[in-house]
Amino acid sequence: MTALLEVANLRKSYGDRVVLDDVSLTVQPHDVICLIGSSGSGKSTLLRCLNLLEDIDDGVITFDGREISDPRVDARQVRSRIGMVFQAYNLFPHLSVLDNCTLAPRKVHGVRRGDAEARALSLLEKFGLADHARKHPDQLSGGQQQRAALVRALCTSPTLLLLDEITAALDPELVGEVLSIVRAEAEAGMTMVIATHEMAFARDVATSVCFLDNGRILEQGPPAEIFSAPREERTREFLRRVLPGGGE
Amino acid sequence: MTDWQPSSRELERRRVRQSLATRSVLIATVLTVAVFVLVGAVVVSSPGWDTVKATFFDWQIAQDTFPDILDGFWLNVKLFMICEVFILVLGLAVALARVSRSPWLTPVRIVAVLYTDLFRGVPTVLLVLLLGFGVPALQLQGLTNDRYFWAGVALVLSYGAYVAEVYRSGIDSIHPSQIASAQALGLSRPQALRHVVVPQAVRRVVPPLLNDFISLQKDTALISVVGVFDAVFTARDSTGYLFNYTPYVVVAVMFIVITIPLARFTDWLGRRMMRRERAGAR
Repeated sequence: MTALLEVANLRKSYGDRVVLDDVSLTVQPHDVICLIGSSGSGKSTLLRCLNLLEDIDDGVITFDGREISDPRVDARQVRSRIGMVFQAYNLFPHLSVLDNCTLAPRKVHGVRRGDAEARALSLLEKFGLADHARKHPDQLSGGQQQRAALVRALCTSPTLLLLDEITAALDPELVGEVLSIVRAEAEAGMTMVIATHEMAFARDVATSVCFLDNGRILEQGPPAEIFSAPREERTREFLRRVLPGGGE
Repeated sequence: MTDWQPSSRELERRRVRQSLATRSVLIATVLTVAVFVLVGAVVVSSPGWDTVKATFFDWQIAQDTFPDILDGFWLNVKLFMICEVFILVLGLAVALARVSRSPWLTPVRIVAVLYTDLFRGVPTVLLVLLLGFGVPALQLQGLTNDRYFWAGVALVLSYGAYVAEVYRSGIDSIHPSQIASAQALGLSRPQALRHVVVPQAVRRVVPPLLNDFISLQKDTALISVVGVFDAVFTARDSTGYLFNYTPYVVVAVMFIVITIPLARFTDWLGRRMMRRERAGAR
C-alpha cells in the first residue's frame, strides 16, 4: 500500500517565528490521524500547509504519489481533491445551506445543478439537516452549521479530509452531533487528518495520534500507546492537564 | 533552530518561485508596453490627428492661458477643501439621525430621510444653478449674494446626501453582535454608536468616501455654470476668442494632477487597513 500523503521535513516560519520545524508524517489510505497539542503548537498551520493555503519554507509534501509542494503545481487541482473544515465553520452567509454545499461541485467539478443538489440533499438528509437545506447559515445553531460545513466538504467526495478543531467553538452538548458524523466517515473508510482537543474522541477514532509541541511532532503512535503509555515527559504533562485523572 | 539550512530541494524550489515571479513581471511589462504603443499608434495614425493636434494640443496656447487658468483653478481647490469638511460633518450627522432610535428624534429622522431623498434626486448642476441664482434673487437681508458661496452650499448639500448614505451603509455593515456586546458592558445605544460602531464603520467606508471626494474635486467645475471665474469658466472664455480648445485640455490636466495623488492615497489606505485588521486571517 502506498501512502496517500507524505510529509517530509516540513518547515514553516512567519519571519523569525518557526511554527513547524522538521515535521514528517505519513498518512496511509483510510488512516485517521489525530493531531493533539496545546494551542500554538502548529496543528492548524500543518493542516493549512497540507492544503497549500500556506507556502512552506522547506520540506516536501507528496499527495497521491505527486509532489504538491512544487511551486509549479496547480493548487486548485490539489485542493479539489482535499476537503477542509474550519473551526469557525466558514459557511458563506449569503448562500443557503444547499447552495453552500453545491457551489464547489458545480463550479469546480462541473457537476450539473440537479445532480449536485441531489447528492447534497442526500448527505444533508443522512446527517439530519434535510429540514435546513433552504435556510441561510445564520439561522442555524453552531452544531448545525458545523455539520453543514462537513457536508459541504464531503459533497465533492474528497480523497482526504482535513478537520481543523471543528468542535472547538461548540458547546459540549453540540460536540457529539458533529463528532458522530466524523466517526461515521471514519468507519466508512475516509482518510482524515484531524486537529482536535477532544481526547476521548481521538482515543476512539484515531488510527494514529501525533503529539505536537513547539512546531515538532514530539511523539506519534496508536492512541492506546500515546494515551496510556506516552514516552515523552512533555506528552505526559500535556495529557495530565487535558485529561483530569487520565494520562499517568 | 538557528542551525537550519535550507535543503537542496528548498533551494531548487526558491529558484522555481523566482523564475515564476520573473515570468509574471515579464508578461506584465511586455503586455503593458504593447497595449500603450498600440493605443498611441491608433490615435496618431487616425485621419484627423493633425487637426486635433492643432486645436487641442497647441503648446503655445497652453503656455499663454496657463497662468489665468491656474488662478481660476485655485478657486476650485479652495472650494473643494472647504466643502469637504462640511460634507463630512453633515453626512455623519444625517447618517446618525437616520440610524437613531429615540422617539424624541423622530422629526429629525424624517427630515434626514427627506433630505437624502431630495438632494440625491436633484442633478448637482441644477442645484448649483438654483442656489447660485435663486438665493441671491430672494434679496434676503443679512445673507450674502456671493454666487461662489451659494454654489459651494449646493455642492455641500448634494454631496452631504451621498456621503450620509455611505456612512449609513458602513454603520449597517457592522454586525449587531458588536452593539449587543457594547450594551452588555452597560453602554447606552448612543455610546455604543459613538465608541464601537461608528469608529469601525468609518474605517470601513474610507475608500468609498475618498471616492466621493475625487468626484467632488471634479464637480467643483460645476460652479462655472453660475459665472464664477473658476478654471473651467476661464478656459471657456479663452476658447471663445482663441478658437482653440487647448485651454480645456490644460484644465483637464490640472484636475488629473490633483486627483491622482488622492486616488493613490485611497488605494494605500485600503491596503493598510486590510493588513492591519486581517493579519493572518485568511
